[in-house]
Amino acid sequence: MVDTEIWKPVALVKDISPDTHTLRVMLEGEAVCLYDLDGRVCATQDKCPHGNASLAEGWVEDGTVECPLHQGVFEIATGKHQCPPVTSDLRCYEVRIEDGTVFLRSEAA
Amino acid sequence: MSAPGTMLIVGAGQAGAWAARTLRESGHAGRIVLCGAERHAPYERPPLSKGLITGVSSVADSEVLGLAEMEDRAIEFLPSLEAVKIDPASRVVLFGDGRQISYEKLLLATGGSPCRPRLPGLDSPRVHTLRTLDDALALRRAFAKAPRTVIIGGGWIGLETAATACSLGCSVSVIEASPRLCGRSLMSPVSEWLLERHEAAGVCVRLGHGVTALNDDADGIRVRLDDGSVIVADLVLVGVGMQPNDALAREAGLDCGQGVRVDAACRTSDPHIYAAGDVAVLAHPRAPQGLRLESWQNAQDQGVAAARAMLGQTVAYMPVPLLWSEQYEHMIQIAGFPNLAQHTVWRATPGGGRLYLGVDTSGVTVAAVGIDAGRDFRAARKSVEQNAQAPLAGYQSCDASAPAGSSANSELTA
Repeated sequence: MVDTEIWKPVALVKDISPDTHTLRVMLEGEAVCLYDLDGRVCATQDKCPHGNASLAEGWVEDGTVECPLHQGVFEIATGKHQCPPVTSDLRCYEVRIEDGTVFLRSEAA
Repeated sequence: MSAPGTMLIVGAGQAGAWAARTLRESGHAGRIVLCGAERHAPYERPPLSKGLITGVSSVADSEVLGLAEMEDRAIEFLPSLEAVKIDPASRVVLFGDGRQISYEKLLLATGGSPCRPRLPGLDSPRVHTLRTLDDALALRRAFAKAPRTVIIGGGWIGLETAATACSLGCSVSVIEASPRLCGRSLMSPVSEWLLERHEAAGVCVRLGHGVTALNDDADGIRVRLDDGSVIVADLVLVGVGMQPNDALAREAGLDCGQGVRVDAACRTSDPHIYAAGDVAVLAHPRAPQGLRLESWQNAQDQGVAAARAMLGQTVAYMPVPLLWSEQYEHMIQIAGFPNLAQHTVWRATPGGGRLYLGVDTSGVTVAAVGIDAGRDFRAARKSVEQNAQAPLAGYQSCDASAPAGSSANSELTA
């Protein structure tokens, strides 16, 4: 059993769009982007650190996400920025999957 | 005598800033000197016609390379300094305050200046241009009084500012000499969409008309058109394009033609001088006269490419042009070469957007324009980059001469 004090359910794996491979969810008031990378679920902050854009609207390819606004690219698993204009990394969240539900590690815990 | 290891960048806009940052990030250990004619640290220009006028964006929001980062990276920043002469033989630049700086490699990222047509009355204090942060701040103050506004020029600067002025409650007229809006950078069906959108917002658009004179009087500034009609305004914005600041390069004997000519490694005709951004004209197989890209994307990417080339890395910067514009609630994105399009097709995209493809005679997608098209534009941009055949399913022809539907499609596949 998942300890729900530490791990918060945010979505079902099947809710992650098969077209975009992304889903925007909220965790304790913060927008988080979930990614389904061929069965591996990852989570990063949803807001691009460069502009006011949602990475859930971005383009997922080869383990990276490209911001829809100015084409900044991040490695999803690590959050590392890959090219201009982005100069900082994304915050990543710890993910657990149980019975098809996506849990994120709570910030408060 | 040249200074070993000194990388000198003349022009502290977006291209110059990205070059300076990239030089240091790529491991250059010597001096990096970044000098700019303006008093500001490097900033990006897109907010100038939008958020900086309305106040939604702050000056800090538009900064590209701040003083703290420059200090961290030991980039010597010299603002408010004009370069007046390059001596390519001895590799020295002379500046307006009399100082001279020797370089190992020099990057010209001097940008451009607004074109000022020969027009009686252009020196009126009611007449503005928009290129710099200070220009935008002056417009912010002027627009606070909801002036009657005439914009000369129906290009991107003019249209974005028209949309901004509308949102601030100004009455706005746009005067464009050519028969359509953004004629250099859009296929005509998109120009028509823009025209409808601006007219729906209440903008009076006068296509195919020039301005012959401006006359200040007590009631405002009288803008006289070539058909004799007069529009009375409180504010005139002249947005009729920019001229590359290539005088330094020309006087130094570099190969120029409406900008400084460069190759794919951003090299000018002098082996120690590079150019990037709005001032650079790139030799490009799809543009016989050369490609001078006045865009945010190019300023950034060519600045990065130039820095790498200055460090001796192998660089082949041969971009597919990419630009965007925000007007009213719309995001307009453009990729490729709209001027090479022979036909235009379009389709609706999920969420109420539109995606236009410009197709050449062989059926290749040469340009894509998305209006609120999001991810669909991203996919279309890729097909432009890959020179892919235009997909036909689900698209309709925009061309008046070709009926929409199957007959137009078969023509495209031929």
